[in-house]
Formats: sequence, structure tokens, C-alpha cells
Amino acid sequence: MKIYLDNAATTKVYPEVAKKVQELFVDKYGNASSLHSIGTEVRKKIDEARGKIARFIGAEISEIIFTSGGTESNNLALRGLAKANPDKKHIITSVIEHPSILETCKDLEKSGYKIDYIGVNSEGIIDVGEIEKLISENTLVVSIMHVNNEIGTIQPVEKIGKVCKKAEVYFHTDAVQGFKKIDLDIKDINLFSVSGHKIHAPKGIGFLYIKKGTNISAIITGGGQENKLRSGTENVPGIVGLATALDVDNKNNEIKKSRDKIIEGLLKIHGTKINGSMNNRIYHNINVSFYGIEGESLMLMLDKDGICVSTGSACASAKLKESYVLKAIGVEDLYIHGSLRLTLGDDVVGNEDYVINKIKKNVEKLREISPFKFEKIARK
Amino acid sequence: MRSNIDYNKKVLEHFENPRNMGEMKNPDAEATVGNPRCGDVLKIMLKIRDDKIKDIKFQTMGCVAAIATSSMATKIVKGKTINEAKKITNVDVAKALGELPPIKIHCSNLAADALRKAIENWKKFD
Repeated sequence: MKIYLDNAATTKVYPEVAKKVQELFVDKYGNASSLHSIGTEVRKKIDEARGKIARFIGAEISEIIFTSGGTESNNLALRGLAKANPDKKHIITSVIEHPSILETCKDLEKSGYKIDYIGVNSEGIIDVGEIEKLISENTLVVSIMHVNNEIGTIQPVEKIGKVCKKAEVYFHTDAVQGFKKIDLDIKDINLFSVSGHKIHAPKGIGFLYIKKGTNISAIITGGGQENKLRSGTENVPGIVGLATALDVDNKNNEIKKSRDKIIEGLLKIHGTKINGSMNNRIYHNINVSFYGIEGESLMLMLDKDGICVSTGSACASAKLKESYVLKAIGVEDLYIHGSLRLTLGDDVVGNEDYVINKIKKNVEKLREISPFKFEKIARK
Repeated sequence: MRSNIDYNKKVLEHFENPRNMGEMKNPDAEATVGNPRCGDVLKIMLKIRDDKIKDIKFQTMGCVAAIATSSMATKIVKGKTINEAKKITNVDVAKALGELPPIKIHCSNLAADALRKAIENWKKFD
């Protein structure tokens, strides 16, 4: 038995999605730019998919630009705005963004952009007032993620949108982790990024929502597909897969119940902490730290027990690299290394006790090996 | 967030069944290397009789490679003379485990360092 608790990394493509995708590979395989019947048929499929997605989010058809996924969408948002508005050289973002935002910002810094990386409180939430203070005439865009990929905290993006609208500054949100899971009012959001493979669609497809009237330029040029904003032959199987995945039932309520039950069980293990806000948190995320042990070891032991998770600890260089997100919310060293991220899917439902018991067993085993004993610290 | 690294069977076997793991009462020498900030921390404890390592125990907070190399290092030196033991290098430990993923080679330093330091500490008291 495998229990997959890494749905923030990627998700399985559901059979009904895969079936539709398969049809586009082997049957309706044309190039949408071709004028013959096989091409025209495929063009219709793209139009249908785009229409379905637009209706789902309450957007206009022309506001959906298909890309290869979240990373490309984030790149197009920041670099595309920078290219089209060269007089504005200031960007506001946060320290807990996904690398596709952080590294893009760092890259833009090299070409003269000033980037403000705002911090978060111990709950993992940003302060909207701080953004308000930092906005200036030179500000091009504010980019703040909707849901954090590690700790699952939900940022007040609607409020940030209002602040940006008032200041006449573009607002972009990386909506990859929250899309389809949490409702998002897009009224005051100019751009947002979505990735297909986080919502049971295939890898290699995503889109950027670009509100009508946004001044943005393409960063990939060529045949002029996607309203000239993203050239390249359309990934039709991906596009149809993404639209089909919108019908998949997330089973939010069941998963949330499982999540809460697992958290309750894990907190009974002494020296255990939940990282990030419990109130403003996506329903399937658990980010938990166990005192005095190392995440990779725990991850591997759980893998042997058929439980797939990820860890914020990465001993991959001379110095162990800890999660920058956990660091940003002030998690102490002896907790930061023993962190696990569990992002639940429907296969956890009914298996909560198995998950709790296996984690408990393996934490105890690693604590036996570790020179740091939580009991000793607690007694002091 | 990283979630996988390929370890060979021998490394995994030592990780799952670490040799000489645990606490030691009244060790003749001990040393702790690493610090919680960097991640891996290893404590080595020795009982020495007639210049030989009669018993050895370790405790490690660390990744799979850190635990496996701790286990292997203690296995190699148990019963050896002090002179033999202090010559053990991280390369010897890594070789005894077959191979370590390149990004994990540094973990093997920890075990060799701790052992050397424990022997130095013993000499100070001797």
C-alpha cells in the first residue's frame, strides 16, 4: 500500500482526465494552426477548454494565456510586465515565495531592479500595511503568493489587491497551490499563475490569467500563439487535461477532517510543533516539526512504510540547507531540521491512524539514535 | 523541498540497523562534532583497554548518510588499537559502505572527525 502525502509537489492524473488527454495524443493530434479538418478540430478543443476555464474563474476568454506551468507563468508575469513598462523599476514580493518568483526577482535585480522582499510573522502571514508603505511611483508590480507551498498559509491577497488597485500598481499572485482548492476573488487581481499538475492535470501545462488592459509583453516569441503572448505550438493534450481536471471532486471536507485528525494525533508525540498558522491554512497541508531529529531520515523511514512525504531539511552540501520558509517564520534549529510536509489527497481518508502510528514509531526510533533528547530539555 | 536520494543497500542496511548505537555509562573518552545549526551532530563514546577500543557507542542526529557512516565507522574501529583507529579517514568509511551519493560525501567526514577527536580527548586525560 502507498499513501501519497505529497500533493503539493504534484498530483496523480485522474483516469477521466488521462482518458481525454489520450484522445488528443492518438486521435485528435493536429496542430491548431493548420487549416485542414484535423487542425480545425483541435482548434475547437482549445477554444472549448479556454472557455471552460474562463467561466470557472469568472474571466474573459482572452484573459487566459496557456503556458508550460507555474514557473513559466510566474516568469511571464514578472518579466513580461518589466519588459512592457521599462520606466518602473521596483518590485515588492515576500521572502516565502516559490523559487520561480524569488530567482526571477534576483535575476531582475541584476539588471537594475530594486526588489523589496517583505517578511512574514511567526504564523507565516505577511503584513498588508508593509506593502502599502513600500509602494512608490516607481513600483511596477506587487507579487505575493496565494498559498505557500511549504506551510500552506493563505495570504490576504484580496486585501493586497485592493491596496494595489488604489495605488495603481499591478498585483500578481502565484495561485499555484490554492487554485481550485480555495475560492479566489479576482476582481482586484491583475495577474495570477496556475499549474495543471497540482490539480490532477498533466505536467507541462498551466496558465497565466492576465486582466484585460494589462500592459505586458511576451517573453517567448515566435508564431504568435496565445494572443501573441506565448508563442509555441499549443500543448493541446495538456490544455484539455487542465480543463477536464476542473470537474474532479477535491473531496475538501473529507481531506480536511483527515488532516485535523492526523494533526491531533501527531501533537500527542512530545516535542512536536505545527509550523504556520492553523487558521489561515489550506485544508490539506500539515507542516510539522519533531525536536532533535532530521527530516530526511524520517522521510526515508516513512517511505519504507509506504508513506510518501517531503521534508524541509536538505542535507545536500557541506552545510545542511534548511527550509527558507521555516527560517522566515522563526522555527528553532532543533525543530527546523526535523520537519515534514504532508499534503494530503483522498487516499489518506480512512488511513489516518496508520499514518499517525508510523510517524510516531519512526520519530521514536530516530530519537533513540539522536544525542538530543527532548525529555532532558523539557525538564530543564 | 527535496524528497529523494538514492542510497545503496549497504547504506540503507546500516541506517535501518545501526551498529553500536546508544549511550555509554562512564566512557573513557567522548567527543561531539557538528552543531544543530548545520544539522548533523554526532557524539562518539569510547571504552579503552590496553590501548585498544574495547567498546564504542554513537548517537547521531542527521540524515541517512550521517547515521550510516556513524554506524560503519564504529564497526570498523571496534577492537582496533588506538593507533590503527586514529588513521581511519572519511574515505575508508565511505569505501566500506560501497558508495555514497556525491552530495553526501561530506557526511562521512563527521564520523572520522568525531572518532579522532574522541581519541585526542582520551590522550589528554591519559
